[in-house]
Parts: sequence; C-alpha cells; structure tokens
Amino acid sequence: MENALDKYECVVGLEVHAQLQTSSKAYSSDPNEYDAAPNHNVSAITLGHPGTLPRFNSRTMEYALRLGIACKSDIREWNEFARKNYFYPDLPKGYQITQDTTPICTGGHIAIKPKGGAEKNIRLQRIHMEEDSGKSIHDQDPFNSLVDLNRAGVPLLEIVTEPDLRSADDAYAYLTEVRKLVRYLDVCDGNMEEGSMRCDANVSVRLKGSETFGRRVEVKNMNSMRNVRDAIEYEMKRQVELIENGETVVQETRGFDASRGITLSQRTKEAANDYRYFPEPDLQPIRIKQEMIEEVRKNLPPLPSELFDRYTKEMGLSEYDAGILTDSKPIALYFEALTQHTKNFKAAANWLMGEVKGYLNDRAMGIEDFPVAPQAIAEIIELIDTGKVSNAIAAQKIFPALTEAPDQSPKAIAESNNWIQESDDGTLKEYVQAALDKYPEKVAEYKGGKKSLVGMFMGEVMKMSRGKADPKKANQMVREMLENA
Amino acid sequence: MKVDDKLVDHLSHLARLRFEDSAREDIKTDLGRILDFVEKLSELDTDDVQPLIYMTEAENVVREDQSQLTVTKEEALKNAPVKDSDYFKVPKVINK
Repeated sequence: MENALDKYECVVGLEVHAQLQTSSKAYSSDPNEYDAAPNHNVSAITLGHPGTLPRFNSRTMEYALRLGIACKSDIREWNEFARKNYFYPDLPKGYQITQDTTPICTGGHIAIKPKGGAEKNIRLQRIHMEEDSGKSIHDQDPFNSLVDLNRAGVPLLEIVTEPDLRSADDAYAYLTEVRKLVRYLDVCDGNMEEGSMRCDANVSVRLKGSETFGRRVEVKNMNSMRNVRDAIEYEMKRQVELIENGETVVQETRGFDASRGITLSQRTKEAANDYRYFPEPDLQPIRIKQEMIEEVRKNLPPLPSELFDRYTKEMGLSEYDAGILTDSKPIALYFEALTQHTKNFKAAANWLMGEVKGYLNDRAMGIEDFPVAPQAIAEIIELIDTGKVSNAIAAQKIFPALTEAPDQSPKAIAESNNWIQESDDGTLKEYVQAALDKYPEKVAEYKGGKKSLVGMFMGEVMKMSRGKADPKKANQMVREMLENA
Repeated sequence: MKVDDKLVDHLSHLARLRFEDSAREDIKTDLGRILDFVEKLSELDTDDVQPLIYMTEAENVVREDQSQLTVTKEEALKNAPVKDSDYFKVPKVINK
C-alpha cells in the first residue's frame, strides 16, 4: 500500500471562512462578540422578521480590501450581493446574504513555506463577503435542537484557493500563512479552535504526472490546523486505496472525526443542494473607487512575507530567525522598533528571541506588556558592542535590573552598579604589569611551558580591577605580555 | 413549461411544504397554468434590457461599524412557538 501511495499525489483546494473582528454585524448593528449569553446579540434584522432591511457595515468591505490588497488580488469595482437560499433553523431569513457573481476580490496568491519544501505561491480563486449562520446545539436536549442566533449575521470573508495544494503539509503551511496574515491585518483573530477561522477542503488524488483531476471529496468539520492535515492525509490514503482496489471515489461531503482520525460520509436523504442564487435587492450595490483602495493600501501594516524577505535578504538574518521574528505581529513590530535604534541586527534578533522571550515566557506575558522600551535594548547592545560591558553582565545583571526599573537607562544602571568594564588599554596594561610583577616565579614557569598559568594571571587582573576588566581584552594582553616578559 | 412529478416533488422539498397525493394532479395543473401565464413575458424581446434589481440608483449605502442593541433576549424569544429561557427550540436536526 505504501508503494501505491507513492505513485499518487493529492490535489487540494481550501475554502477558509474568516470571522471579521468588527464591532457590529455585517448587515445589522447588533454586537459581534464571541462570548455573549445565548440570543443576547440579536436584532429584528438578525431574527429575519418581516419588513426589516439589512444595512451594510462598511468595515466588512474595508477588511476585505485589506486582505485582497495584501494578497495582490484584483479588486472588483462593482459589487453586488446575492441570496443563497436554503432552509435551516440557524438561518432565520431562509437565505444567506453573500456574493455570487461579483466577489470583491479575484485572483492573487499567498506564498507558503511547507515543511522541508521550497517556497511556492498558492493562487487564490476569490475572496468574497458574506454572513455567518447562527449556532445549533444538538446535544443538550434529547428531543430538540437548540438555536443561538448570536453568531447569525457576523461578517465573514470566504477565501477560496485554486487546487494548488499537493499535500497535507501544504495545507498546513497554507493555513499557517492565512492565520498569520489575517492577524497581521487585524481583520480576524484566526482561532480555529474557537471557530473564528474555519476550513473546508476539497481533496482528490491522481497519478503523479497526470494533468487531469480525480473526483473530489469535500471534507468538513476540522477545527484545528492539525485536524486539517490529518483529515487530508487520511482522505488521500482512502481514495488511493479505493482506486487501487478498482473501486471509484464518490463525489460527496465527508466529515472528519478527530477522535478516530477518519472521515465519514455525511450522506443524507436530502436532495442535491439547490441554492437558487439571485441578486439581493435589499442591499444597494457597492462601487469601490480607486481612492478607497489607495486609502486602505496606505494604512496597511507591514506584512509577514515582506518582513521575512527583508530580514533574510537585507539584514542577513537566517530563515530560522526571520521565521520566529515574523511569526507574530507584536514580536515583529518590537523588532522593527528595535532595529530603528541599532544596526546590529543579529544581536537585536538574539536579544529579542533570547532574553526578552525568556522573560515573557517565564511570566506567560505577551510582548505588548513588556515594560522595557526597544531603545533600551538597543542601548544594551551598544554597551556590549563598544566593550563597555560583557555579554554575561548585560544578560545576567543589566537586563534583569532594567526590567525592574524600565525608566532608567541601561548605561546609568551599569554605571551606578559599577558594571562598566575597564577596556582602556593603558589602565589594563597597568593591571597586567602589576600581576606579572607580583609573581615573577610564575612568569618563569609560564616561560618554561606551563601555559595554563594564564588563568591565574587573569584572576589576578580581575581581582585588581575588581572584576571590571574587559575579560577578552585582558586575556589577550596577559598572553602577549607573558610571551614578551 | 412542463410540470411533471419530479418538478413538483423538488419544489415541495425546497419549500418544505407537504401535500396529500390526491392533490398532486391539481397542483400540477395549477402550476402549469401560472407558468404559462408568466410565459407571456417571453414574447417580448428583452435582449437589450438590463434586469431591474434595485428600486433606486443609490450606491454605497453603508453604515458605520457601531454596535447597538435594539431588542432584548426576552423580546427575541417572545414569538417562538417552542423555546426555553435562553434558546429557540426546533425539531432535532443532525446533519446540515
């Protein structure tokens, strides 16, 4: 079976639904909140009462533009809404307001870096605006399903890829990038476990080298990035097995059962879906003018892929470092600020990923709450680079003191604690000469071949300087002066 | 347009409306007559006529993103035939 699997590749397209972090819903003013008590955030519009008219939230459009511009999609000028009709208890109106023939964004791409693979672009088919449904709860009452309409009408962006993904790892990498992107753009919190970002996968398999697509299966119900990866892996094996056994893959919808790690057919007696899309006459069309696009573009935050490229290509950081620094926006923004004040980028990266992250992790704290300003970290780096303090003193003494007194400058802290090391050549030379003069017999032993005595002389120098001698410089000087003694 | 059993069954499913089988022939006849009546419109040449979707020419009728509660949970649940203090209750549905 393993060998058979190697002959095939899987072809995956993903549909991601991202709940937008707006204050109010997409077509009504009731609050968009995750944790409200059931049926608290509703309105006559959300409830689908007769005679109500939807009112479009301009921020939905702004967020769609942010994402579309970031993905280099084409932005559509003339936008209409459409009704997608179906009956379900958590859809009070009997239709979902969405976009059908005029999605706000078409084309564009998201670059992914799959595990162990080269970077590649995943093309987007479209991004469109729509609304979420309410929530049905099936397991609390033996005879009824319970319906909570807080989520009904929450604005969503649906992001649809072309079938460009070739493995479960590709899908995982893609979702990682989407989540990072929506978080950088502040449009969605990207939390798959809480359902604010959801994903359906269209999966098919084909012999490697084949240009045609196999019959695809839609997999739903995956509420973590790991589930998506596991579901696609399982689905690929299942489909290859069917084909190898001479059976055919049925085009259907399957749900992922995370506890068993398998997908199950969601066959129902229902007839095939017939959504009868038609234009939504209750919402006037939206014309997106070039100025609106430029306004959004102007205010776009730095994007993770751009920062990654800059860190690796211009700052000379490793891909590993750049990956960690751009993984979350607050860390990246701190690094951005830090590099405004120091040109030692490698040291800046090391300090941020080492001491600073260590401090934050110990306290389960986000960098937003880190008390020390980027300027102060840059000043520590400056103190080290100019030989005023050692790395060890900086990390073990100055940094902890600074976190206790973030208003003070690292230099002032070092000075008041007598941590500035002696690196003046003349002064150091005096210390070394004094040490040599104190132990002439040891100098002779050194000359006789006992090179390990360097340590003893170093100790003497440190003692005389009360620990303030620059150890690197002093060490070098002790060796030189011993050789020449 | 021909109204056959398949179409009637499909429409009845979409509308979630049931009927006695004895009414089937009457429904087919009535539906057919309504469709024939509307069919009259296709006598007109509408090739160059854009469909009328909106009642006004207005564009970009948007709302600022400000939240406001206008009804209470009690009011929201008031008209529901079956409910408890927090939820609407509907016949058990398992699959979407």
